Parts: sequence; structure tokens; C-alpha cells
Amino acid sequence: MAEKKDKGKESMATQGISRRDVLRTLALGAAGGGVLQMIPLEAAELAHQMVHKEKAAAAAGKYTPKYFIAKQYQTISSLCDAIIPKDEKSGGALEAGAPEFIDLLTSENEDYQLALGGGLMWLDTRCVDQYGKVFMECAPEQRKELLDLIAFRKNAKKDSGLSHGVAFFAFLRKMTCDGYYTSKIGIGDLQYIGNVTRSEWPGCPPLPE
Amino acid sequence: MSQINRLPKTYDVCVIGSGAGGGMAAKVLTEGGLNVVMLEAGPQVYPDKDYKMLMWPYDLPHRGAGVGGRASENFSEFLAPNGAWQIEGEPYTSAEGANFKWFRSRIVGGRTNHWGRIALRFAPIDFQSATRDGLGDDWPITYDDVAPYYDKVESYVGVFGTKENVSSAPDGVFLPPPKPRCTEILIKKACDKLNITCIPARLAVLTKAHNGRLPCHYCGQCGRGCTTASNFSSSQVLLPPAMATGKLTLITGAMAREIVVGKDGKAEAVSYIDKATRTEKRVFARAIVVAASACESSRLLLNSKSALFPDGLGNSTGNVGRYLTDSVGSDGWGEIPALEKMPPHNHDGVGGMHYYVPWWKFDRKNDFPRGYHIELWGGRDMPGVGMFDGLCHDEEGYGAHLKQRARQVYGTTVGFSGRGEMIPNADTFCELDPSKVDQWGIPVLRFHFKWTEYELRQAKDMQETFKSIVEMMGGTYKTRTRIDGQYPFGILPGGKIIHEVGTARMGADPKTSVLNGYCQTHDVKNVFVTDGAPLVTNPDKNPTLTIMALSWRASEYLLEEAKKGNI
Repeated sequence: MAEKKDKGKESMATQGISRRDVLRTLALGAAGGGVLQMIPLEAAELAHQMVHKEKAAAAAGKYTPKYFIAKQYQTISSLCDAIIPKDEKSGGALEAGAPEFIDLLTSENEDYQLALGGGLMWLDTRCVDQYGKVFMECAPEQRKELLDLIAFRKNAKKDSGLSHGVAFFAFLRKMTCDGYYTSKIGIGDLQYIGNVTRSEWPGCPPLPE
Repeated sequence: MSQINRLPKTYDVCVIGSGAGGGMAAKVLTEGGLNVVMLEAGPQVYPDKDYKMLMWPYDLPHRGAGVGGRASENFSEFLAPNGAWQIEGEPYTSAEGANFKWFRSRIVGGRTNHWGRIALRFAPIDFQSATRDGLGDDWPITYDDVAPYYDKVESYVGVFGTKENVSSAPDGVFLPPPKPRCTEILIKKACDKLNITCIPARLAVLTKAHNGRLPCHYCGQCGRGCTTASNFSSSQVLLPPAMATGKLTLITGAMAREIVVGKDGKAEAVSYIDKATRTEKRVFARAIVVAASACESSRLLLNSKSALFPDGLGNSTGNVGRYLTDSVGSDGWGEIPALEKMPPHNHDGVGGMHYYVPWWKFDRKNDFPRGYHIELWGGRDMPGVGMFDGLCHDEEGYGAHLKQRARQVYGTTVGFSGRGEMIPNADTFCELDPSKVDQWGIPVLRFHFKWTEYELRQAKDMQETFKSIVEMMGGTYKTRTRIDGQYPFGILPGGKIIHEVGTARMGADPKTSVLNGYCQTHDVKNVFVTDGAPLVTNPDKNPTLTIMALSWRASEYLLEEAKKGNI
């Protein structure tokens, strides 16, 4: 699938077709013909590839957080990395841009700002109380010890002082999964096959016994 | 009067609204030779730029979650531009405890740009169910009156399906159905064992080239809008032929405020707000077809007060806004370990279910009236925002284990949406809010809504059925519902299924109904209502196909009457 797309990209470049041409073809739709002499489906795929290309060109620079200050962004990134790490099969939440996604949405939503901004403050306060240092300065074992506590609701039942940390981590876990599994890496990790046009629907492959 | 900006031309018909009902009226009337002006409160739709077909979540900065993560309130950022539960500057209110949700579209094509394309005929019994169980009222027309128009609509728009002879789900004129997905094969096997009828779905999606439109390309994204018009929408399938006659004038950004009645008791014009200039304009027509969506149409009728009709047009009975219903909705899902063994494969298909469960318990005694159908979903869908909310909640934790569990459960979920019939009740209606207007100065609606025991028992039955199917599949049913609280048995708030209908119902008796069997108001002969408002019952079939059939029938009647000089 990826191979096919890349070929499409190349032919776009060599033929010098403009975005406008593609959109005009699409606009003509089922009326047929079109300026590019292709069916609207092909035009739609080409338009799709152009978006990719433009995005790739624009994404060359490093992301500047819109909401979190640098230190907070580091902590968010570290937590995202812990929630969905890189492994032998695929990249993790960092490579997938989950922190960027979370920062963008948080910059636009006051509830998220309270939940995540406030949650980060809670995390550091708790670490200072427990280990005498903020989260990012704690030793890896100390960080793990704390995450193992706030990652499960049952721990807040034993220690009610943990409940806000549990709520914070649950929200960040959901946001990290959203960011990861909407990325190219995350979608590839699940081996989703689709979002393509096909002329026939073959149905279900043979079901395993 | 002199300030009002009057359009110079007098049209034969003014159609208000461009969705399923309005679009169909415009097509039939213009093809019948009448000059039609159409008022649409929203802007034009541009499929090439507005539809997000074939985009990936990562093509959008917000990945489908929308600005501030708020798109999920309106389903998804990927959907066709279709409307919202709240529109800025155009509020509605709910009476205490009502909790009614009203989804409105302000765009050419209305809600047909995104609808589920589930195209089910009402059954003969659905027109006469009061005769059978004594609840509500019968229609003034029968299935036989509507059947020829179901045929016409299906033939024109293209609906796939199969002939099944299920009495609660009449067969129609069908294109071939797509083969079932893996999830649907397993669900059907379980249903067969449970004696639950499970058959190919009926959707307005083209499995073959049809009337100049390309066949489906199986990207599974009908809800985003289709740039090849391989599924049905009013904007792409009904309005183009109307436009091609040269007899349709479409005015966008036009919010109808009032139908103006002349001294002779007939409607003569529609006053509307031109949103771009915030000025009032008036368009004159010999007949008016109101198709702004059931509640919006009722609002317009109620706001059309005159010396002759002080309580609103068509409202001499006080019934406009009454008999409001939505479908009963309750959803559930489960995890099926058998699906873990499936190799990765393309599961997209058409943008909706390939199989469904029609109402199957019509021949026995149930502890609730009427029935419901079950829509099927799940499997290896394109990943998106919220897909692993359930996993995160159940599994908790983090790291390698969480990632592995996501891989394992991805594609193994199956889901069920029960959609059933609500019986109209006296506590459920809409009316004009006595004190509030929208930004155009138009009084807004206030909703009253209540589920009764009938609907709650139906939702309970849905939950039990979903669970039995999942367990028959060897899976774990994951949905937890309560028997009390705000949403007993997972019943969704009124309006949430977006099947709100009935607020200007038809009937044989002018003392108890707003319209006659041809969707014509009893009070004013040149005013018709052709959206969901005329529906007397709201059976377990999504209303759009019936709205189009009734609109076609009403429009033919209007053409005949116009020829006879009766309009």
C-alpha cells in the first residue's frame, strides 16, 4: 500500500499537476471526464497524497509547545513514553507525536489545562514529598514506583491521597492512546489495512477454525 | 411593510429546507414543470473541499478530535459538515428534567450529508398499529398507498438489500448487497442459534453504477460524505437533477421566519432572514412546502401567527409540536476472542453495516409494545480517537503490557445499537419558548421529553439480547447499565438518535391532526409539510426513506392540484 502511494507521489511531481487541477477534477465528480482525464477516485487519492507531501514539508521544524512550559512538556513527553514505549515492533508515543497532539488540544481547552497542568503540579508535589525531588529529577526506580501507584484505581482505595494522581494519569493515558493510535506509527502497529479505494468488496477472508 | 425587501418574482412553490424531504420535493416539482425557489438556512456544500474522504487521522492537526477535543460531542471532525447539537446564536431550551438533544444541520443537503444511509421501509402494520394494540393512532394512509413511492425512491437513489419475506421489514427494489464482514458472519452464526433473524442490511449505497453515479469504492467512510456520490445525499443526488431543469432557484443563508397568509386564507409568501446582510426578505409563491426538519418546521408554523391563525399556521387544533417522538436507543458491545485469530485484513466495506437484525419478535407477546431492530458494528475499523477508551479503563496500567493488549483486542470488538419504537405521550412535545429568541429574532423552541415504561422495557430487552448474542459468540459482554438513574438500561436521551418526528402529524380527522394524507395542512390548502413531521408513528425503521417516499407522493399530489388550479 505504502509503495503504491509513493509511486503516486512521484508521478504527481513529474507531471506537474497542481492541487487546483485535482480539486477541479473532484468537483466535476460523477459528471465525468475532468481536466485530468481520470476518474474522481484517482483524483481523490492524488489530492490525499498532496496533503501528505505538504505536511511533510511543513513538519521539518521542531515542535514548539503551545500550552505547556518547557519543563512541563518534558514531563508530559516522559509520561507518554512510559505509557506507550517503543519496542521491537514499532515506535512509541514520542515518535508518534502524542505529546504534540496533547499540547495542541490542551492549549484550546480549559478543562484539559486543569486536568493536565494541575495534574503535573500534583505529580511534582507528590514526588517532592516522597523523594525530595520533582518527578523528572527522580531516579528511574522512583518514577516507576510512583507510576505503578497512580496507574491503578485500586491503589487510590488504599491511599485516598492518590486519587487525584490516578485521575490525572487515567486522562493522560487516554490522551496518549488517542495520539498514538491516530498516528501513522500507531495505525501501522495495529496492522489496520484499509482507507483505500477498491473496485470490489471481497468479504471476509477464510475464518480460522 | 415598505422596509421589507420583496423578491421581484412570484414562484410556483417555495420549498423550505434542502434535506431529504425538501430535496425530493424540489426534484419532483421542477421535473413536473413548476418554478421552485428553495430556502436553505446554511451555506452551499462543496464535496471536494468539505468532505474528508480517504484522509487519515494524522492528516488533521487534531487527528479527528477537533479543536480542544470538542469534535467528539458532534461525533467526529471527519464527518461531512452536517450540523451540531448546539449552534451558536441559535439556541433551544428544555423544560425542567427534559434533557432533549436536538441535532440540526445548516447546510445544503441538511442531515443527508452524513446520515447512516440505513434505508428501511415501514411495514404494513406500522401504519395501523393502533388498531392492533390500541396505542397512539393509525395513519390515514396504508402501506399500499406508500409502496409505489418506496419503489420509486429506491429505484432512483439506489438501495442494496435482499428479498427476505420478513413481515416487519418489507422487501424493496434492491441492488445486490455486499458480502458480510468477518464480525457479521460470526454474529449471524450466533443469531441463527438463538433464532434471531439476521439478514443483509438495506443501505442507500451503490454496489453497482446507478443513474450516472459511480459504484461504492468500499472505503467505509460514508459518514464523511462521498466525493463520488456513491451513497445518497440530497445535495448530490436530488438537487442536481432539480437544478438541471433550470427551474430551481436555491437561496442559501436564508432562515425562514414566517409563512405569510393573505386575506383569502392562503399562504402567499415566506419571510426569511438573509443571514449575510441580517435583513428580512420576502419571497412570494403560490404554494409552500415546509421541510426544515420536523421540529424546525413546527417552529416555523408556530411562529406564523396571523389574524386568521392566531396560534400559528396549521395549528387550529393545537397539535403542532405535539406527538414528538425519537427512536428508543440503547447500545452495547463485547469482545470476541475468536476474532483474535483473524489475520490482518481490510474490513472497511461500505460506510455502515452489511448485516442487521430486523425486528424478529413480532409474532409473540413481549412485555413492551412494538419493536426494535439492531444495527451491527465493530471489527478492524480505522483506528481513531476514543477507540481504546474501554481498554484503558479496564486494563489500566501502562507500558509494554498496555501496548500488547491494544494489539490483541484491536478488531475483536462487536457492537450493537438497538433502535426501537417510542409511543407518543402527553409529556413529550415542543412549543415556543415564551421569552427567548435566537440571534435572528425568531422565537426558539422549548422541549418537553419523557420516556415511559414502554421504552425502558424495550431498552432492557435490547441489553439482554446484545448480551445473549455476545455470549453465544463465546465473548464477553462489556457494557454495564443500571436499572435506575438518568439512563436506565443505557437508554439514550431523547433526540440523540436524530429520528425526531411527528410534530405535525397527518390524520383523517382535521380536529386531531395537522395534515391530511398528502402532507397538506388541513387549515391552509397551499401549505405542505414533507419532512419527519407528518409521521404518525415512529416505528423501528430509520425515517429517511419514508420521508422521501411521502415527499414524492405529496409533491405529485401538489402537481396534480396545481394543474387543476386548486392551489
